[in-house]
Amino acid sequence: MTRILALFLLVTTSALAQQEISIVKFNTVQKLLDDKSAPIQIINFWATWCAPCVKELPLIEAINEQSAEEEVKVTLISLDFADKIDKVKSFVKLKKIKSTVVLLDDIDYNSWIDKIDKEWSGAIPATLLLNTKTGKRKFIEKELVDGELQTLIKEIKE
Amino acid sequence: MKNSIVKIILLLVTCFLVNGKSFKPGYDVGDTITDFKLKNVDGKNISLADFETAKGVILIFDCNTCPYSKAYNDRIISLDKKYSSQGFPVVAINANDPQISPGDSFNEMVEHAKKNKYSFPYLVDENQSVAKAFGASNTPHVFVLVKHEQAFKVAYIGAIDNNVRDASSADKKYVEDAVDALLQNKPVTTSKTKAIGCGIKWKNS
Repeated sequence: MTRILALFLLVTTSALAQQEISIVKFNTVQKLLDDKSAPIQIINFWATWCAPCVKELPLIEAINEQSAEEEVKVTLISLDFADKIDKVKSFVKLKKIKSTVVLLDDIDYNSWIDKIDKEWSGAIPATLLLNTKTGKRKFIEKELVDGELQTLIKEIKE
Repeated sequence: MKNSIVKIILLLVTCFLVNGKSFKPGYDVGDTITDFKLKNVDGKNISLADFETAKGVILIFDCNTCPYSKAYNDRIISLDKKYSSQGFPVVAINANDPQISPGDSFNEMVEHAKKNKYSFPYLVDENQSVAKAFGASNTPHVFVLVKHEQAFKVAYIGAIDNNVRDASSADKKYVEDAVDALLQNKPVTTSKTKAIGCGIKWKNS
């Protein structure tokens, strides 16, 4: 009985470890912007085909390890086309990405870019940092460099 | 009470300073642009002044490598086919640094233009000064220019349409609508849009 239970747990936890990537519309991202469950939110816009996006992902992933649990919530929003979801899943699995990944399938870009940040041109990579308690935000429209996120998190907490 | 007054004053001062106009460098709709001279894939230098009989120009900051540029390639070619004869030719500019993006080297541009049978100039912005002057940010990025007393003014800035993935599903054809309006001497109703795209590969300083 315990062996079956152990096997069951092993299968379910390994299934959970391989994260599900939802395909969402902008209203889901809007809900994320309003989510106050974590004090700091990091929302990164990327795509598997975007070289600088892929290059900076380890820097963003590192935040998960460095931050206290429940303090920083990281969401990686893929802008790959929805029919390429399997490519995104393979990429996430290969790179062992632990942050939550969603695929934003809302092709009328002009209708929501300004809702992320009015200064955003739409170029990726782009990263939004939110202090959900104070409303303070920082928006970076370029590839992140080593240490930059840590500095921005400190600044946004002030 | 005093704290609130200070906050209100600060807010008003900020509003006054930021008064709707972005401090980002680059042209805005209505600005008169400074002409430039850039090398075309055929080796010749091109300026906008060379388009003596044109009513305007559909200027597109583009590149060889970005998946969005590739998705829009046919539509860019169609824009030239449709509007060149009406006085609005397409002029494409590649400002990507080939050190960062080898696929955007001049030789690759020549190949790309040849392979796609470009009917329009494909210019290289080697020091990226034109892209910076315009405030181009990602590819493709369109600036519809209209001729005004020997100079060119910006009439539209932004995306080609509202569906990069599927041309037949695009129901807002921003560039076509802008050029059609200009050809009919009507105001451009949507003069600025944004789109997701590959950032221009700026040189490392």
